[in-house]
Amino acid sequence: MLRMPEPDAKVLARRAEIAADLCAILPAESVITEENQRRVYESDGLTAYRQLPMIVALPETTEQVSQVLRYCHGNNVKIVPRGAGTSLSGGALPLEDGITLGLGKFKKVLEIDLPNRCAVVQPGVTNLGVTQAVQHLGFYYAPDPSSQIACTIGGNVAENSGGVHCLKYGTTTNNILGLEMVLMDGEVIRIGGKHLDADLYDLMGVICGSEGLLGVITEVTVRILPKPATARALLIGFPSNESAGDCVANIIGAGIIPGGMEMMDRPAIHAAEDFVHAGYPLDVEALLIVELDGPKAEVDELIERVRVIGEAAGSVSLRISNSEAERENFWAGRKAAFPAVGRISPDYYCMDGTIPRAALSRVLNRMAELSEHYGLRVANVFHAGDGNLHPLILYDANRPGELEKAEDFGADILRLCVEVGGVLTGEHGVGVEKRDLMPDMFTEDDLKHQIRLKCAFDPKQLLNPGKVFPTLHRCAELGRMHIRAGQMPFPDLPRF
Amino acid sequence: MTTDLRPADSQTLRDMVAMLADRKAATEIIGAGTKRAVGRPTNAEYLLDLSKLAGIREYEPNELVMTVGAATPLWTIESALESQSQMLAFEPVDYGPLLGGPAARGTIGGVLAANLSGPRRFKAGAARDHFLGVEAVSGRGEIFKAGGKVVKNVTGYDMCKLIAGSWGTLSLMSTVTVKVLPAPEDTRTLVLHGQGVDDAVAAMALALQSPHEISGAAWLPASGETLLRIEGFPESVKARLGATQALLAGQGREQFVLDAGESRARWQAIRDVAPLRAPPDRPVWRLSLPPASAPAVWRALVGPVGDSGYLDWAGGLLWLAAEPTLADGGAEAIRSTLAAHGGGHATLIRGSVGLRSGVAVFPPLAPGLEALQQRIKANFDPNNVLNRGRLGTSA
Repeated sequence: MLRMPEPDAKVLARRAEIAADLCAILPAESVITEENQRRVYESDGLTAYRQLPMIVALPETTEQVSQVLRYCHGNNVKIVPRGAGTSLSGGALPLEDGITLGLGKFKKVLEIDLPNRCAVVQPGVTNLGVTQAVQHLGFYYAPDPSSQIACTIGGNVAENSGGVHCLKYGTTTNNILGLEMVLMDGEVIRIGGKHLDADLYDLMGVICGSEGLLGVITEVTVRILPKPATARALLIGFPSNESAGDCVANIIGAGIIPGGMEMMDRPAIHAAEDFVHAGYPLDVEALLIVELDGPKAEVDELIERVRVIGEAAGSVSLRISNSEAERENFWAGRKAAFPAVGRISPDYYCMDGTIPRAALSRVLNRMAELSEHYGLRVANVFHAGDGNLHPLILYDANRPGELEKAEDFGADILRLCVEVGGVLTGEHGVGVEKRDLMPDMFTEDDLKHQIRLKCAFDPKQLLNPGKVFPTLHRCAELGRMHIRAGQMPFPDLPRF
Repeated sequence: MTTDLRPADSQTLRDMVAMLADRKAATEIIGAGTKRAVGRPTNAEYLLDLSKLAGIREYEPNELVMTVGAATPLWTIESALESQSQMLAFEPVDYGPLLGGPAARGTIGGVLAANLSGPRRFKAGAARDHFLGVEAVSGRGEIFKAGGKVVKNVTGYDMCKLIAGSWGTLSLMSTVTVKVLPAPEDTRTLVLHGQGVDDAVAAMALALQSPHEISGAAWLPASGETLLRIEGFPESVKARLGATQALLAGQGREQFVLDAGESRARWQAIRDVAPLRAPPDRPVWRLSLPPASAPAVWRALVGPVGDSGYLDWAGGLLWLAAEPTLADGGAEAIRSTLAAHGGGHATLIRGSVGLRSGVAVFPPLAPGLEALQQRIKANFDPNNVLNRGRLGTSA
């Protein structure tokens, strides 16, 4: 199990005093100290890890967030920001000596600005809530993580959330225009607005995906897009993962960027079909869902092109949706894949690496060997278009040692992703889950430069410590320059 | 002019930067040098020329990624992409001729460092959105890498975004990985002739609110034209062009359609600010603003500040050539007008040495943001070696 930073005994001893001080900033009912009420916040989507927060604070204005942070900064109290708590990597895992700062009360859609094609929302608005606020105008918000009913925009910014459509439409970072954010010392900053591109350093670019380590987001301006006129999908079965992989490569090679392109392996297909009866073929090794969206003339043309590519790659079954109901049915099994796997195993552990797509068969073959080695089954769903792999490791937490085995298996899979030229996480974030694997992908100098960015925002490292980085370095120590006088590599350098 | 430091690999670059940091030596950084005339003039002691860090390292068309030396010329990259019917979707701009130099000399590192994107920006994203991975040397003289060679990645902070648009003041890129995309098979441009600024911005907004996937929207008042670009598969282009014509029926005095060749030429000219190249003594401003504010901003500035300019990004980008007689090049009028109309920012892309020495070339920041930016600079380049003074702040 992962270790979290040692709790600060001085802070723990002052718990009651800190709670009383918070009650001077917030209404008393917004400061949660009772154990049974704090229990609600002890975990996020990474349920294997639990920790009761010291106190939970639920502000509802930017000014309150600012005052809470300023107070904590002055009193060396740690903060863990939290949206809906759907993180799959433990990004919102509480700290024993920290305040969990819930942004759930920030749930207003502040403005819909159609002429500028954007909406201004508070961070506690759900991802789907943004789309629901603009869909009567024929618009939508593009990133669509599968937790979109529950997850919030603030959390999406923190995690740079994606979804099944992000190869074509981008992730959160490509779809936001402006932010209001509170720094750890209480300073409120505004970045961007309704215009494009940063004025100078692209702070929004680094805040997006920073996993709650740089600041607390209190307002987001998102871009909204006109809904595509049509969407149709193909459901294509293949006799091997290789032929499915070839089909994906050939679709991209033909210049086609589908709105969504998902792959499932045999165990995932069977679990999904048993659960939702979507009519998936059961005699195939791999199944592809390819969705084309856009103008009708384009979609009809590309459906035909993809059909030809699929057949040439050796498909053994191929269906094309002819109605919205049929298209949604193709997706039903894929969208239910996680709960479907949950039905065939007491527990499952969802991984999230990205690989170059060409390495897919190599990775799946090696994963089968690892599955045998660990004695744990694995089912795979794959955002095939962008190489983002979600292996689901099946285990039983009630069997002693099996969770640890599942974690070791998962770590081996992620190392394998890095080894073939990929990365540790495509969309779920590092959090606590992959924190200790960071040195497998990054050198000490790589990580130090990331932490230096952190130091510019939060020099006391009070915001969400223990996440993302395996080692806490003191900012003062990282700031020092190492003088190498006397061993100059270019002593006689000419000047101009 | 002599070119002194010209590293051929990242280890040498690291050693050179470490030495410069030791000497606390103000250093100007160049790739091909096409944008040297942008920014506050500096009195650099050294010139660090990265042009040898060039060449395509990996190109996997089916993975939609390319890894190159940071100083690889854009034309090298674009011709490799063209052979596979792919492109850099953000349409890298070429300010060479605008700034009095030759065309087609820029590098990928330069266009990323300045985060400069062409007319497709509002649909396809900016340069920074296609910047996936980097190996760089910070002002501390240390090599670090960030990002990756895959299109979807959230491992660690997105440091590529920090480097994009930092104008070489934080880190020097040695190798970069960029996302590439299929090039459109066909392109057409619908031209509405004879519109004023209000009608043009309204027509562009209507087109962009439709599902017809417009990939360029510009208004050129000198020729009285509103241009709407439609790209993609031929069948799709035909259908969307028809639908856009129906949507905008009756707008403008007349309408006509440009074919693929004419379209490409027109959009390249818009991208590279060709309409404002002459006369060369005019300061040229680049304003990013909320698109719906464009008519009001246009009316407030055209006349008092300058009389030539045009709109791109459906009004979200306003190019303005200022009168050469204005003491501040129009800076104060431009920035206060933006502030009064929904915000945005203005950068002086072309200006005389005298003008650039006196006005804020880059957008002035609110005090809190300015301080944060200074702290970032101090963490990455503590001795303030890289492009010292270029941003006009103490950074």
